[in-house]
Amino acid sequence: MNAESNLIPLLNTDEEEVNRQLQICNACRYCEGYCAVFPAMTQRLEFGKADIHYLANLCHNCGACLHACQYADPHEFGVNIPKSMAKVRLQTYSDYAWPRKLGALYQRNGLTLALSSALALGLFLVLTLLVQGSLFSQIEGGDFYQIFPHNTLVTMFGSVFGFSTLALILGVVHFWRKVAPGEKQVQEAVPAMIQTGKAALTLKYLDGGHGQGCNNEDDAFTLARRRFHHLTFYGFMLCFAATSVATLYHYVMGWEAPYPIFSVPVILGIVGGIGLLIGPAGLFYLNYKRHPEHGDQAQRPMDRGFIMLLFMISLTGLLLLGFRETTLMPLMLALHLGFVMAFFLTMPYSKFAHGFYRSAALFKSYLETRKNNNSKH
Amino acid sequence: MIDVLIIGGGNAALCAALMAREAGASVMLLEASPREWRGGNSQHTRNLRCMHEAPQDVLVDAYPEEEYWQDLLKVTGGKTNEELARLVIRESSSCRDWMRQHGVHFQPPLSGALHVARTNAFFMGGGKALVNAYYRSAEQLGVQIRYDTPVEDLEIRDGRFVAALVPEREVNGTRLAAERIEAKSCVLAAGGFESNREWLREAWGQNERGEYPSDNFLIRGTRFNKGTLLKRMIDQGADSIGDPTQAHMVAIDARAPLYDGGICTRIDCVSLGVVVNKEGERFYDEGEDFWPKRYAIWGRLVAQQPGQIGYSIIDSKAVGNFMPPVFPGNKADSLEELADQLGLPREIFMRTLQDYNRACRPGTFNHTELDDCVTEGVTPAKTHWARPIDTPPFYGYALRPGVTFTYLGLKTDDTAAVRFDDQPSDNLFVAGEMMAGNVLGKGYTAGVGMSIGTAFGRIAGRNAALASLGRQPASAA
Repeated sequence: MNAESNLIPLLNTDEEEVNRQLQICNACRYCEGYCAVFPAMTQRLEFGKADIHYLANLCHNCGACLHACQYADPHEFGVNIPKSMAKVRLQTYSDYAWPRKLGALYQRNGLTLALSSALALGLFLVLTLLVQGSLFSQIEGGDFYQIFPHNTLVTMFGSVFGFSTLALILGVVHFWRKVAPGEKQVQEAVPAMIQTGKAALTLKYLDGGHGQGCNNEDDAFTLARRRFHHLTFYGFMLCFAATSVATLYHYVMGWEAPYPIFSVPVILGIVGGIGLLIGPAGLFYLNYKRHPEHGDQAQRPMDRGFIMLLFMISLTGLLLLGFRETTLMPLMLALHLGFVMAFFLTMPYSKFAHGFYRSAALFKSYLETRKNNNSKH
Repeated sequence: MIDVLIIGGGNAALCAALMAREAGASVMLLEASPREWRGGNSQHTRNLRCMHEAPQDVLVDAYPEEEYWQDLLKVTGGKTNEELARLVIRESSSCRDWMRQHGVHFQPPLSGALHVARTNAFFMGGGKALVNAYYRSAEQLGVQIRYDTPVEDLEIRDGRFVAALVPEREVNGTRLAAERIEAKSCVLAAGGFESNREWLREAWGQNERGEYPSDNFLIRGTRFNKGTLLKRMIDQGADSIGDPTQAHMVAIDARAPLYDGGICTRIDCVSLGVVVNKEGERFYDEGEDFWPKRYAIWGRLVAQQPGQIGYSIIDSKAVGNFMPPVFPGNKADSLEELADQLGLPREIFMRTLQDYNRACRPGTFNHTELDDCVTEGVTPAKTHWARPIDTPPFYGYALRPGVTFTYLGLKTDDTAAVRFDDQPSDNLFVAGEMMAGNVLGKGYTAGVGMSIGTAFGRIAGRNAALASLGRQPASAA
């Protein structure tokens, strides 16, 4: 423990703005039914740095409280919780990132994603050219291991994925230690964990508290964001499952790719891939139509860049499958591997991290709720 | 010509518009404010006081008609109309399904408001969410909505509405011509006059100290309730009801904005400490009853003090026992220092606090019940929750009267008709704050304003639709 941890950390401008607005919200409380942020707020009389970081990540940016707010612009109080929380949230991704210096990649995240995509694409196109001499060649049975041997891919992707996962975990652990000090010996961790899983997997806090959904372009409620996010997330998870099954096939069963269309990995990949096309496309459209006062406009490149990256992974994956028996296969393979590599590289420094930080915040909120309920009884 | 013209844009106006449209009439709604300020005082509300015979979704236990009526009778001191009050009460038991159909969501009581879990149904997100839902529903049903359209006068012929007059005005830099809008019938739901400073001054006059008390009032509600139409209607001979100085008036943070301070500017620690005026003297029993039952009298109490200001003083024992105030209080390590910070005469203030502290009798403090912590030998007494103010740091909050809405209104009957010389108009109706004084002669109880607005808005809308077809208005079932 260093000396600074004994002092009350000073709030920066964005944190001070959250603090100012939460003082107003805490004296009003009309929005308590919408999400977990406001009930958590009512447990506090003051908002320190850690509280603000926690609440900023608990906020799902659904927009409900902004449209319902009697103190929103043009009121002189100028309350806009989704926006002020979004600003702090981005800062937490950057502050808690590991290694700390790479947190700066969040500052111009659209550029980060574009550059890493370009680099990774370039890498695989050049490698393909080096190995094959051309981006176009017919390969028997669409066997892409003829271009990049299995072990080469495992080494490249495994090491990057391993590093990124480690970095992400360290970041979230750092965040957890800051926002939940002394919650090491927590009681009822398992039920709180189950609640967290449920809330995260169902996107409970995009339901508006009444089941009709969140806000997007105006004060009307819509379930579109929740549904497109589900398609994106579950599509992604199916693709991940496809890769995992294929890995089992390879190492355990000794069956080598490419697998036929009607095999478990390919079917999982196709279904997941379609979800991962429709979901991001829908989210991109909704982001484009989003009310200008929702969240932080400056973060739209981060959001859209990440959505595009997911879309491109899925698109190139499906194209690779479709063209695997043609001369386009090497090109498609290089494109797909490039986008996947860009995704792996940026995992701890992109919007991807939001799910992990938010789940940690949700976990804390369920622990807190349980603690309060127990102390009441 | 449209069938029904609705003047106003808050809860009562929207209820009227929706009912008239549902009854098949073509409807136009004129809201004086720009779109972003729409909804009048309704945007600051949070719940509806509801009669119910058994537990109902967010409402626990029962709140029967008779109990509701007795509550109303008590707070108004009898200044009410039993027939209309009971009409409101009964309507409150059946209107919520209709509200839900138009997109209003209810939620269990907010933290800090558990005392009304039985009697009041809370709007999820508060009144602005309700207003948004009604506007969306009205747009979907084809109600024409016009913002930035204040009505300054009505053309009335033989007690019948003919047309509304909208003055020339400038909206976002564009000059809009004066208009005359005709309709077959009309509902007035344009609110009270709380944001008309001149009228407040006229009503409250000058006190014995030579002050104009209303100059120091803050308005918790909308800046658009100027009472223009209310005044014109009274001038044109419409029957009125109520006293212009009667209003929902609470003690709020003196630093609150002049308008639209809403709920968050209230100060909830009065019953946990003492309140002194600017001369450093106490003036009323701070512990007379539970704060939610007393907060609506404190606006008036402060209005009667010199300079229309009071100071709620607590010590650190009180912290955490009341809803957090929106602005931090003055904080000091000694009472002397606090007096200096608040600009209070130190000697009198210290004497007041010492007298009070000495008068506190030992008891078992419990803020959730009328406990036995009382004072003895001090005037005014503090009859509950009296504990010596002796544990630093000390906190002080300056209080001003905050007006929510005024009670002077147009006299009406169970058809919501405006009356001239005690004769109901065929096609002119009134709802909301413009007639709430029929039910609320004085006093207040949480959520009853929205009950009145919803009940009479619905009746007025239905009857305006009937009147536009040339049919007789009906009283509520």
